[in-house]
Amino acid sequence: MDGQEMARALTRMAHEILEGNKGCQDVALVGIRTGGVFLAQRLQRLIQHVEQTEIGLGELDITLYRDDLAIRKHQPILKKTDIPFHVSGLKIVLVDDVLFTGRTIRAAMDGLMDLGRPMEIQLAVLVDRGHRQLPIRPHYVGKNIPTAQDEIIHVFFEEAGEEDRVAKLSSRRRAS
Amino acid sequence: MSFKHKDILSIAALSPEDVALILEAAEPFKEVSGREIKKVPALRGKTVVNLFFEPSTRTRTSFELAAKRLSADVINVSPSSSSVVKGETLLDTIRNVESMQTDVLVLRHSSAGAATTLARHVRSSVINAGDGWHEHPTQALLDLFTIQEKKGGIRGLQVAIVGDVAHSRVARSNIRALTKMGAHVRVAGPPTMIPPFLERLGVRVFHHLDEALSGVDVIITLRLQLERQGRSFFPSIREYSRLYGLTAERLQRAAKDALVMHPGPVNRGIEISHDVADSRSAVILDQVSNGVAVRMGLMYLLSQLH
Repeated sequence: MDGQEMARALTRMAHEILEGNKGCQDVALVGIRTGGVFLAQRLQRLIQHVEQTEIGLGELDITLYRDDLAIRKHQPILKKTDIPFHVSGLKIVLVDDVLFTGRTIRAAMDGLMDLGRPMEIQLAVLVDRGHRQLPIRPHYVGKNIPTAQDEIIHVFFEEAGEEDRVAKLSSRRRAS
Repeated sequence: MSFKHKDILSIAALSPEDVALILEAAEPFKEVSGREIKKVPALRGKTVVNLFFEPSTRTRTSFELAAKRLSADVINVSPSSSSVVKGETLLDTIRNVESMQTDVLVLRHSSAGAATTLARHVRSSVINAGDGWHEHPTQALLDLFTIQEKKGGIRGLQVAIVGDVAHSRVARSNIRALTKMGAHVRVAGPPTMIPPFLERLGVRVFHHLDEALSGVDVIITLRLQLERQGRSFFPSIREYSRLYGLTAERLQRAAKDALVMHPGPVNRGIEISHDVADSRSAVILDQVSNGVAVRMGLMYLLSQLH
């Protein structure tokens, strides 16, 4: 998936979010660090461009909610959770780059619930690569990419100093 | 970069990179304490034991809240309600506690080195919450966190530590932490309260407060330990207060936006005047709230071992 395909997929997703929610009343985006935040920012721009109104944008770090914290060798360094609005009563669209086992989304939902009681939580992902281990299904998908369990999907972002693209890395050779 | 220590026993044992990592790890936990539901599940199922063999409200509460906000289970043991009064040794008490599968032990003890000795004999992580006149590392870390938050950094700042340095573990930990992170440290106090050869730790010693305060960015006032009165370190509290008490007038000598810090409990009107303690320069309560975040960050870093 190259930069142009990413842009088209995001434009479509922005419209789907608006369609699915009949506008953007009471809708807010929450990106999961780090890739999801870039995507949420882009979706926010696209939606605001179409609707000409502001919509809320938050950033969520799910590290403390991971279910593998106790079994990892090294603690991941935490980033700040920064959600500048009350989530209660809102339709929250969680945004992440790659949907894989679903465990990150489970953690993100717990994290959101600790901040309040959203009216609804929806899920938007750029890539769905399958292999779910939890009963989680996305509402908005940029692209379905079938993968083998041991393959790695990496999304590169302009915001992180790379050229926009989605790459499939084989587990043995970690090069694109 | 990852954190390699099993225990937090002293600032002396930490590298500048370790200190920077701890301060960075603490940052996101400030946000947790500001939430409506002040709890994250990071330490779910872990057990933290507070062993305070010396009285403490602030530090014990801070550790307890930090552990609880991380969803750990917390137990408080104090000597008056424990088998210590029945003659059990410290090590036996702690081995018994540990055999109930604990993960973190927080120890405050009147003997220097108590935490270090303990850490050698237990599997759990040990956090030193003050050992005699030796060190109080978490206090220094929260002081650095507060300075960094208010001043944007630590390197190059002029910091004055004022008061009874000789009997202060807070001073010893702060001197080590501040010099490690590149601040310039001055200490001021009566000659009887400044240990000999203190310059070896890389600080400048003053006996006149006005000189010590000239142009400083941060003033850390130490608590005058009134329980030591009568041991003739100075003639009278009034004289001490006149010579070493921080007043609004003296504060004028410091840099314009200088911070005034105090590890608590404050003796108002003795080491610090009422108006200074309540002034905008004073960040004493910020220190207390940051203490919870720093201790959460520490326990989070240590939890990788269990």
